[in-house]
Amino acid sequence: MKTFRIGGVHPSENKLSAGKKIEPMALPKQAVFPLSQHIGAPAVPCVAKGDMVKVGTKIADAGGFVSAAIFSSVSGKVAKIDSVIDASGYRKPAIFIDVVGDEWEESIDRSEELVTKCDLNPEEIVAKIKDAGVVGMGGACFPTHVKLTPPPGSKAECVIINAVECEPYLTADHSLMLEKPEQILMGVSLLMKAVNVTVGYIAIENNKPDAIALMTEKAKNFPGIQVVPLKVKYPQGGEKQLIDAVIGRQVPAPPAIPIAVGAVVQNVGTAYAVYEAVIKNKPLFERIVTVTGKSLANPSNFLTRMGTPMSQLIEAAGGMPEDTGKIIGGGPMMGKALLNAEVPICKGSSGVLLMSEKESLRGEEQNCTRCAKCVAACPMGLEPYLLAKLGEYADWERAEKEDIMTCIECGCCTFTCPSNRPLLDWVRLCKNTVGGIIRERNAKK
Amino acid sequence: MSPHVHSGDSVSKNMRWVIIAMLPAMLWSFYAFGMGAVIVTAVSVASCVFFEWAINKYILKNDKCTICDLSAVVTGILLAFNLPSNLPLYIIIIGALFAIGVVKMTFGGLGCNLFNPALAARVFLLISFPVKMTVFPEVGQMTAYADAVTAATPMAAIKAQISTGTLADVSLLDLFLGNVGGSLGEVSALCLLLGLVILLASRTITWHIPVSILVTVFALTGLLHIAYPVEVATPWHHLFGGGLMLGAIFMATDYVTSPMTPKGQLIYGFCIGFLTVAIRVFGAYPEGMSFAILIMNAFVPLINNACKPKRFAKEVKK
Amino acid sequence: MNTILVAVIALGVTALVLAGVLFVVSKQFAVEEDPRVGQVAEVLPQANCGGCGYPGCAGFADACVKAGSLDGLLCPVGGQAVMTKVADILGLSADAAEPKVAVVRCNGTCEHRPRTAVYDGAVSCKIAHATGCGETGCAFGCLGCGDCVAACKFDAIRMNPTTGLPEVDAEKCTACGACVKACPRMIIELRNKGKNGRRMVVLCVNKDKGAITRKACEVGCIGCGKCQKVCPFDAITIANNLAYIDYEKCKLCRKCEDECPQHSIVAVNFPPRKPKPAATEAPKAAPAAEAKSAAKAPETTETPSTQTAPSTPNTQKS
Repeated sequence: MKTFRIGGVHPSENKLSAGKKIEPMALPKQAVFPLSQHIGAPAVPCVAKGDMVKVGTKIADAGGFVSAAIFSSVSGKVAKIDSVIDASGYRKPAIFIDVVGDEWEESIDRSEELVTKCDLNPEEIVAKIKDAGVVGMGGACFPTHVKLTPPPGSKAECVIINAVECEPYLTADHSLMLEKPEQILMGVSLLMKAVNVTVGYIAIENNKPDAIALMTEKAKNFPGIQVVPLKVKYPQGGEKQLIDAVIGRQVPAPPAIPIAVGAVVQNVGTAYAVYEAVIKNKPLFERIVTVTGKSLANPSNFLTRMGTPMSQLIEAAGGMPEDTGKIIGGGPMMGKALLNAEVPICKGSSGVLLMSEKESLRGEEQNCTRCAKCVAACPMGLEPYLLAKLGEYADWERAEKEDIMTCIECGCCTFTCPSNRPLLDWVRLCKNTVGGIIRERNAKK
Repeated sequence: MSPHVHSGDSVSKNMRWVIIAMLPAMLWSFYAFGMGAVIVTAVSVASCVFFEWAINKYILKNDKCTICDLSAVVTGILLAFNLPSNLPLYIIIIGALFAIGVVKMTFGGLGCNLFNPALAARVFLLISFPVKMTVFPEVGQMTAYADAVTAATPMAAIKAQISTGTLADVSLLDLFLGNVGGSLGEVSALCLLLGLVILLASRTITWHIPVSILVTVFALTGLLHIAYPVEVATPWHHLFGGGLMLGAIFMATDYVTSPMTPKGQLIYGFCIGFLTVAIRVFGAYPEGMSFAILIMNAFVPLINNACKPKRFAKEVKK
Repeated sequence: MNTILVAVIALGVTALVLAGVLFVVSKQFAVEEDPRVGQVAEVLPQANCGGCGYPGCAGFADACVKAGSLDGLLCPVGGQAVMTKVADILGLSADAAEPKVAVVRCNGTCEHRPRTAVYDGAVSCKIAHATGCGETGCAFGCLGCGDCVAACKFDAIRMNPTTGLPEVDAEKCTACGACVKACPRMIIELRNKGKNGRRMVVLCVNKDKGAITRKACEVGCIGCGKCQKVCPFDAITIANNLAYIDYEKCKLCRKCEDECPQHSIVAVNFPPRKPKPAATEAPKAAPAAEAKSAAKAPETTETPSTQTAPSTPNTQKS
């Protein structure tokens, strides 16, 4: 069984909502669309207060090449363009839409019928993906059309679909694979066509044997696509780790990107979104969200319209447990703690995790005992204990020499530290600062 | 701040495993040296914990309780392991004060010390009280403490080989089981190996350091024994005799004073093994382990700087 | 006798040889330096705080000598006295500069600003700032992790455990600006010390709209503009829902303080108000009151005078 080569940890999986059917979520009363839902420039609103919109109407244009358009997930009236506390913890501009009825744009094909034929050429596919505002659905929200446009001089050799879902608790991708396998496979075929390759891998960790079996069975009808079962290890869903695990190549340090080793990595949710965008003309405005937590009455997977407040999902899953200490947007390893439950679901919200106060409290910080467990756990072969110290002492030059920029912020170091040291907090600070220094230096040149 | 989950690993958990791993050797010492061993261990542990608490409270004025991490207990047991069972109490207390007060807390407590506290204390005592520290009681005196009958240790006998040129009559089986004189914890190689198994099974340590030390010592003494069969004892005697096992398994593997990367750990282990053999065979002391480890402790920062882990997608530099 | 002689000769020769080497090396590798750099460096405080914008006092001395004029060069620690000395050495003239002090522009104490979340990351304002609003609803206010305290080389900033805010000791503060740079939210500003340490400050940097600010903090500036209207000297500007008092223009009339509905504007180091508002025209206050406040200043530095905000007495009590 394949896996990546360096480091890694085994957090307890806690896939509470595994095997649960995807349930459609009721429409919210008011939907909120933050303009920064992706990596890159924020989108620019193209509606004004009082405008009527339908489901699928574009409400904000992409603010640049590395950016993505935003579409309304509801029909109704634009109430205001104001600010809302989003997953970043800060107030960011957002479009508020009061929901009236549920009227869809006519161009969207709402039939369930599976279409496995597509006569579009690669440029047309990429253009359609771009026009549908599709971004990476794994959490980083990198605009998909950018990934599908390799920089000149590089050539893709294969498409790797990330279906490992290595984060504990989350099951959104898992449930999607069980319910929409053919659509996903068609989406993968489209992605392969878009970058002009004939080889596609779907990587699934072997804690999802049902998904592996089903996808392998269905993949027989799609030439070139192969399901690759992987050993369970975090952070296998990291792009670099996944490429290493599947095709045994290691992507060099930034600024190199996966295309340097001929790989294009897409999330399985993205593949599905691509299918819907290209075949069904449906822009990205809904996604599967896992709502989970140990004290939650009914952990579930919801098909949710974007802009729905998380509190509504929590209510539908049995209500907020009394002992809730932390609401996390995403999984427990890389997700962000949220300030309140009113944060709207965005393109990258793969899950909502409720942790009890007891679970979420960090242990008391002690001295580093130099046990080297963080060094053994780091999937990038770094020395987190050292980088954290350099961050604390603000020694940016040394940190850069110690390859801090290659850190993927997976959290293995903090997870494993017996002294409960907030290693990643410091490393992240250090990485951001060093990144700023490097950008400044490059700008001067 | 992500990550929001933790492995549940903790310093005290690791320390607890170390203590559990030391139990077989400790029990053997109680069996072999009787009351003396119990007294020495108890006093050593108690004084180490006391000094840690007192220094934290009255000198550093630190509210944090660092006793709970059990590192002082580990230091106490390790110190006792390194002492003869008939050592006067005041010497033990001085040793504990040196270990905790000078070697550990002066540098900032657990994690900041350059040298292994228990080892440094042992060497300190060895130099300060050379006679008391080098007479070891014979095995099997259950109730004796200060009046215990002493005898030469096997390592001293082996050392004497070089000058006398006659083979010392030391039973290998006795060495392995621990039916010989020596300091508390070092006598039974079998019990110490059991401890190693516990440490490895609980993933408290990795195999790199102990194995590299033992292999190096075995190989080097083996070569020397072939070259000088009379002067140098067999590699088996070296392996099971003296403090080698204790040092390789419990002392050299101390987190704080050992290198971070597997490669660094192998280099560290090899150097310790090399120095031990050099001191044992060519030096004045019959025992070389503690000096070898202390010397290599000083090189750890250098090793850490030189041996970087293999970076992702990068050839290892140097 | 012979031994002593040999020892003396040997040591003597060694000393001579080494002295020779030292002499040659010091001549051969001497660094040419403007002698005035050394002189200037001598009168500088040698705190190497970097407050002047140069790497340490030596760097600043070098800059002073090379600059040719002292415009824009100021040692904030030594202040005017030191700059005059520097000017004397270099034969230049130093501009008179108003002494400054660091002011923490946030009054969001535990009582004024309710906690809405718990931050459990590393104790660093920079990191807390990157994670979001912080523990309260205010995305601009003090995070309370003490980056400024750590940055201060003069022990002039301390965290007040009851308010959760840093307090500047105006006596110790040298206005080097290290804390200004350390604060990720740019709350700390260097402001004129003012006569007798009296200053008018808007203790808030919140740029949110009024309603949001008021929800997050009892004493947050909502940008209502009342102070701007009442100010006779045009010293107050409103930008991004936030009032700012220009300390160059402010004449300390205290009118804005009464007008502020949020009590965000605080008068520092003023004597307690007398019943008649006319008597409190600060610069013209009775000499007795002035002397009293001056005497009081060292103890109550940076604590808002008790009458300014109704809830301040509470925080002081608790």
